[in-house]
Amino acid sequence: MDHGAPLSRRNLLLGAAAAAGVPALLAGCSSGARPSAGGASASGGLGTVTLGSNASDEVPKKSLATVLASFHSAQVKVNTVDHNTFQENINRYLKGRPDDVFTWFAGYRMQFFAEQGLATDISDVWREIGGDYTQAFKDASTGTDGKQYFVPFTYYPWAVFYRKSLWRQKGYQPPRTLDEFTALARKMKADGLIPIAFADKDGWPAMGTFDIINMRTNGYDFHISLMGGKESWTDPRVRQVFDTWRGLMEYHQPAALGRTWQEAAQSLQQKKTGMYLLGMFVAQQFPENERDDIDFFTFPEIDPAHGTDSIDAPIDGYMISAKAKNVDGAKALLKHLAQAAAQNVATGLDPGTLAASSKADTSGYSTLQKRGAELVSKAKHIAQFLDRDTRPDFASTVMIPSLQSFVGKPGEIDSLLAGIEKQKATIFR
Amino acid sequence: MAVRTRRYSARDVTVLVIGLGVAIVVNVGLIWGPTLASVGLSGTDWNGIGPLRWVGGRNYADLAGAYPPFWSAVRNNLLWLGFLGLVATPFGLLCAVLLDRRLRLSRLYQSALYLPVVLSLAVVGFIAQLVYSSDYGVLNAVTGLSVDWLGDRSINIWVVMVAAGWRHVGYVMIIYLAGLKAVDPALKEAAAIDGASEAQTFFRVVFPTLRPVNVIVLVITVIEALRAFDIVYAINRGRNGLELLSVLVTENIVGEASRIGFGSAIAVILLAISIGFIVTYLSQLFREE
Amino acid sequence: MTLTAPVPTRAAGRPGTPPRRPVRPLRALLHVFLGLVALGWLLPLALAVYASLRPYDETARLGYFSLPEHLTLDYYGRAWSQAELPRYYLNTLIIVVPALVVTLFMASFTAFAIARLRVPGRRALLIVFTAGNLLPPQVLITPLYTVYAMVPLPAWLSDSQSLYDSYLGLILVHVAFQFGFCVFVMANFMRTIPEEIDEAALVDGAGVWKRYWRLTLPLCRPVLAALSTLQFTWMYNDFLWALVLMSSGDKLPVTSALNNLRGQFFTDYNLLAAGSVLVALPTLIVFQLLHKQFVAGLTLGATKG
Repeated sequence: MDHGAPLSRRNLLLGAAAAAGVPALLAGCSSGARPSAGGASASGGLGTVTLGSNASDEVPKKSLATVLASFHSAQVKVNTVDHNTFQENINRYLKGRPDDVFTWFAGYRMQFFAEQGLATDISDVWREIGGDYTQAFKDASTGTDGKQYFVPFTYYPWAVFYRKSLWRQKGYQPPRTLDEFTALARKMKADGLIPIAFADKDGWPAMGTFDIINMRTNGYDFHISLMGGKESWTDPRVRQVFDTWRGLMEYHQPAALGRTWQEAAQSLQQKKTGMYLLGMFVAQQFPENERDDIDFFTFPEIDPAHGTDSIDAPIDGYMISAKAKNVDGAKALLKHLAQAAAQNVATGLDPGTLAASSKADTSGYSTLQKRGAELVSKAKHIAQFLDRDTRPDFASTVMIPSLQSFVGKPGEIDSLLAGIEKQKATIFR
Repeated sequence: MAVRTRRYSARDVTVLVIGLGVAIVVNVGLIWGPTLASVGLSGTDWNGIGPLRWVGGRNYADLAGAYPPFWSAVRNNLLWLGFLGLVATPFGLLCAVLLDRRLRLSRLYQSALYLPVVLSLAVVGFIAQLVYSSDYGVLNAVTGLSVDWLGDRSINIWVVMVAAGWRHVGYVMIIYLAGLKAVDPALKEAAAIDGASEAQTFFRVVFPTLRPVNVIVLVITVIEALRAFDIVYAINRGRNGLELLSVLVTENIVGEASRIGFGSAIAVILLAISIGFIVTYLSQLFREE
Repeated sequence: MTLTAPVPTRAAGRPGTPPRRPVRPLRALLHVFLGLVALGWLLPLALAVYASLRPYDETARLGYFSLPEHLTLDYYGRAWSQAELPRYYLNTLIIVVPALVVTLFMASFTAFAIARLRVPGRRALLIVFTAGNLLPPQVLITPLYTVYAMVPLPAWLSDSQSLYDSYLGLILVHVAFQFGFCVFVMANFMRTIPEEIDEAALVDGAGVWKRYWRLTLPLCRPVLAALSTLQFTWMYNDFLWALVLMSSGDKLPVTSALNNLRGQFFTDYNLLAAGSVLVALPTLIVFQLLHKQFVAGLTLGATKG
């Protein structure tokens, strides 16, 4: 299964490129990486590293290419598969012919593959890069066995977004408690606005609403434990979440199940709706010249015991597959990707993301990015979003249909929760 | 039979054995073998990675008792079959009959009807959103309604079947047209001379001669109905009222969920329904021969 | 069925009379009906093309049913380069053309053996093949993937060195899956070829191969055209097999390349529409090219009655 011959030719090419181009200056960033036995030959570098990427559309592709251009320890061969296919295929990909490094998500979804023995332990990489990340990020990169398997690259927080100009004009203030939130929504309705933009045609956006109400009502620990299948869905605490949500439903944009998030975001942009709970990528639906008009507040407090100490802020990053052929090169690449400078390239090109490294230079951030970074730094707990905090089969085959059914008929909570609990039992055995 | 086989030379036999042998090996190795393996997998709780563990009929019990999308999918598949068979296919036949005369622009009409057949998944999903979106779609804009065509579970399956019919009519039309072109004109003329109306001529004389074509159309209709997948998948991945068995299998097996055992059980149900049709239809076909 | 009434026209219009006749009321009605149906069929597509000519900002602001402020072909250029369509068209060609040729070749020979030679067990064979085609593809996915990952291939045949993630693997699965339908249609067709042709050949002492290749196949040209059109469309539009059996992004077929125009969250649907139109073009061209033979394709199949 070794690539053999073709590699050595690439090494030669790489050597030539390295000699002609940039001096070994950047080798410093991977000082800990020993030259590997086989790959060290012609180039003095680490051979070829393959990288499985899901950055197939314009901006992320460009940003990855820019980031990799400044990596000189090894030649990187990128295998780009579109986002959707990449995700659908992940199991077969990791079992079949994975690349050395592949892009993936933090949290349960990373742990799942680590547990199945499909990822390579990179605790030694973390001993070097650990200082660049906060504990929350390290936790999100750690498997159930206490070892690290993931390097965070960028992330984006979820919050309630609105247009500053509209709010100024109407005199709205960000609410701090659920009561203030409801009062604000009522006022918006009286002003002829639809208070809360909402869309769930694709099934995942409603997860964000569930997550935040659950974390505000029952706290982060309960939320994670519920996601882990350790709590009952018929528990009164879960019922409370849906009751609260149902109470807010009359302020939500109706007919959400036929609407895409882009259409909902469009209604926010057109000032037809007052606010929208979504990830920071909502900005992508706004024309460039209106992006500075976007602001947000974190979902208000429901139970003072938990305040607003938790948010959803999914982290994207990179892992090394268990079948990696060039582990040394892959580790060097991960160290490169962990650098603040590399992450800043991505945040510069995509205003919807933030750099995961705490050493990142935030001076180049847009107003929205600065506010986002501030929000995350204040949060005590960072959740990864429902479909990343629980088993993928539970998220896609149980939670999506169930939440959609709630959105369609908010009245039938008991039977819905009983149904989820029954299905949960068939999955978490 | 014995007399006939003796006519083959050794070389003939070799050609036959190789030709049919390859066909059988490919068919059994890549189609029937995996199908049987799936039946076996449906009795396990395999997740695609770990070890195989036999759980007997548990997946089937879960499917029937604790998986709400399942029954919805069974219902939708049957509706789909009914709609294609009773509405779309006859409409395709009607179009073919109307087009089977020397008409100017006939080629244009045919191309228009056939066009949806060649479209891929992505564009069909987009067209559905374009037409049916409740906020920005054309249908609501033109009619002044504000119906949630794709999100409302009580109507979205009908709306999507119309889109499926949009594609299906083209197939049926072109295949029937081919069949009709071949009907001996003398047959129709004779009937006309006997004083039969065109409708009578069609049903009594022309339609019966189309039997081989009918069979092909029937097969295509059943295939399309049981395998229906891409339209709902493109619209909302077959959720919220648009469940279909093929999509549930995909969701469980192909996607990240990787519930191979459970998904295989759904696949086996789909298989059983398909086999039901296959056996009925093939036995019909061969009995008549 | 009132529209099917123009009997006199029809009777008079058969062989001999020129195709152009004075327009009659019923015929006009027929044109109106067919015109409306054709319009109804084209409209959704026309809307998609219309959307692909307008900037996303504009359709998002005004809705899709609105007058244009800007019309531009920019999206087509962007889709062409951004989704790297030329390369993916080539991938599709590498998969579809061999698959099509092999399928038709194997199916025609099998159909010939079943329909013309009366080989023993032909009925069972036809049942197995036809039924195989009716199976839902999802049933096969997991075992097929497992087998593919285990079958080694030499490096010159597949750079992945296994059937998984190789063009050959995709070609094979297309052949296996479409084979049944082709056998079924062609066997139906071949049964209608007069026996005398074969009898004559037998007297001449022609072997099986000669009877297949020289005598039967040339008569099958129409049905081959019909099947080519259908199969090309099916194989071309497939994305499921590629999704399951490929892992290298640069080997995927063109239908999957369209997904390169989708973002993780944000998708410019007008750009996607432009890309989809470009991707649909080859199947349209094939249909137009083979249209005449296609419509004649099942000719003999129908007369037997």
